[in-house]
Amino acid sequence: MSITRDQIEKVALLARLELSPEEAEKLTSQIAAIVDYVDQLGELDTDQVEPLAHPLDTSNVLAADEVQPSLSREDALRNAPRHDGEYYLVPPVLGE
Amino acid sequence: MTMALVDLTAREHLARLTAGELTSVELTTAYLDQIERYDESVGSFLHVPRDQVLERAAQVDHRRQRGETIGALGGLPVAVKDVLCTRDMPTTCGSRMLEHFQSPYDASVVERLLAADAVILGKTNMDEFAMGSSTENSAFGPTRNPWALDRTPGGSSGGAATCIAARMAPLSIGTDTGGSIRQPAGLCGVVGLKPTYGRVSRYGLVAFASSFDQVGPITRDVADAALMLETLAGHDPRDSTSIERPVPAYSQSVERPLTGLRLGIVKEHYGPGLDGQVEQAVRAAIDVYRKLGAEVREVSIPHGRYGVATYYVIAPSEASSNLARYDGAHYGYRTDQAEMTAALSRERAGLEAAGDTAAADALDAPLVRMYRRTRAEGFGPEVKRRIMLGTYALSAGYYDAYYLKAAKVRRLIRQDYEQAFQQVDLIAGPVTPSPAFKLGELVDDPLSMYLLDLYTVSANLAGIPAISLPCGLTDDGLPIGLQLQAPHFEEERLLRGAHMYQHETDWHTRKPPLL
Repeated sequence: MSITRDQIEKVALLARLELSPEEAEKLTSQIAAIVDYVDQLGELDTDQVEPLAHPLDTSNVLAADEVQPSLSREDALRNAPRHDGEYYLVPPVLGE
Repeated sequence: MTMALVDLTAREHLARLTAGELTSVELTTAYLDQIERYDESVGSFLHVPRDQVLERAAQVDHRRQRGETIGALGGLPVAVKDVLCTRDMPTTCGSRMLEHFQSPYDASVVERLLAADAVILGKTNMDEFAMGSSTENSAFGPTRNPWALDRTPGGSSGGAATCIAARMAPLSIGTDTGGSIRQPAGLCGVVGLKPTYGRVSRYGLVAFASSFDQVGPITRDVADAALMLETLAGHDPRDSTSIERPVPAYSQSVERPLTGLRLGIVKEHYGPGLDGQVEQAVRAAIDVYRKLGAEVREVSIPHGRYGVATYYVIAPSEASSNLARYDGAHYGYRTDQAEMTAALSRERAGLEAAGDTAAADALDAPLVRMYRRTRAEGFGPEVKRRIMLGTYALSAGYYDAYYLKAAKVRRLIRQDYEQAFQQVDLIAGPVTPSPAFKLGELVDDPLSMYLLDLYTVSANLAGIPAISLPCGLTDDGLPIGLQLQAPHFEEERLLRGAHMYQHETDWHTRKPPLL
């Protein structure tokens, strides 16, 4: 299955990436080539195979429900591009 | 004196430090001088705070002189890959996105190193966010292979491997998601160990693909890797995927040879694409095991040939999710907001003037545009490619065909290993299909670059431990690596088996001509 430029633009929005026209062009052909290669997985019959999400069979690792020290507000904000000492500051969410 | 000192192994240094024949300041100074001498041409390090490093070394010396109990790595310099969080040094992940990031905490492995009284020498260069096999994807410039400066050291732990090869550090830690410890170790003629998934804490390891990522040592020889793993391994309640199991005293057992070793060779490994000289060196290494009394058996990993395809669906999928955190809001780079807002207004005005209200309505909201532009400017091409690939594989309509399918094949690959390890104790084979390639050779051909991970990704897919050790040089003098793999949590067997080889051979003592 071949990938179109239009699909790449849609995926870029989902991925929250802005692509230049040159980047979009290049990625269309590169991702198409990779996906073509990956399509060989289709040769395998996996109907009876359970997916493996994790290499070891661990489940339900729980921690005690206790209050522990965590990152201070000051530390959490220290690397923020913009903040007011209490909150992260971002551009308008719903337009101007 | 200096040259002789940096040629010793970490364990030899440790013996001298313990005996009071050497101070950490002397030792650390020798390595810092080596960095000054060679790192301009190699580019292993992104950050070496000389004064801070020496101050720490002096503290350890002082405590030793006062007779205090000193940790297992007391006074040994250790280089740390720049994907592991350090409170006292920058953590950039080789990315513009984190160029000015200062972690508020230390990774668990860094805490362990400090608790063992190691001296952190600096942060090493890497492919951006550990995505790559050549260290050319670092935003701060490539690392070069000390054996041939026009060639790549491999990646993503290129800095971590080259600093060992060029004697700029006695010990180093890297991370391995699809081969990022073993491949550069193989291409640089040093030892690199990827532990079992869950053996070493990932807390404070900046996530790339969380079901694969694992921290491990890169060292000059196997005994040093055993020493290092002993410090790094163990359960950490802050990483829910780390496993609660006792840590064997690897450094005590490593010199004990395995008796009655059944060594597996994978018949699918020796096909087209495997360089003739690499094959010859690997077969010669297997002959060394035969001579040592090992029984060599052929095994099959029938789904191994699907490893690269499987890996390059799952790992980018996990990456696309993990890297969503770089949003320009919480930490890291953000695009120039005034410029971004002005551009958006101009676009809107243009579309409205042309009467295209539909297009004007479809424009990004300012927050979305901020995300998109921040990520466009902060990430390099390979990271964008993987985010795009992963987002595609997880998107509606493709999830079943790609992500789910790959997760099923992953189980088949793990099963192949389970079956093989019923017949053999260790599996031996190549690390890479060919020796180090030239800088720039594969930059525009991502698929060919991915295919070089053929022999390393399977261990990550199955979660098993694997080690890379030097087993030869090509006619051009480029290192060749031997890979050994073991069942889950059999690092002790892996290290003992690897040490048997090094006891018989001297490839691990060879030095790059640069030195």
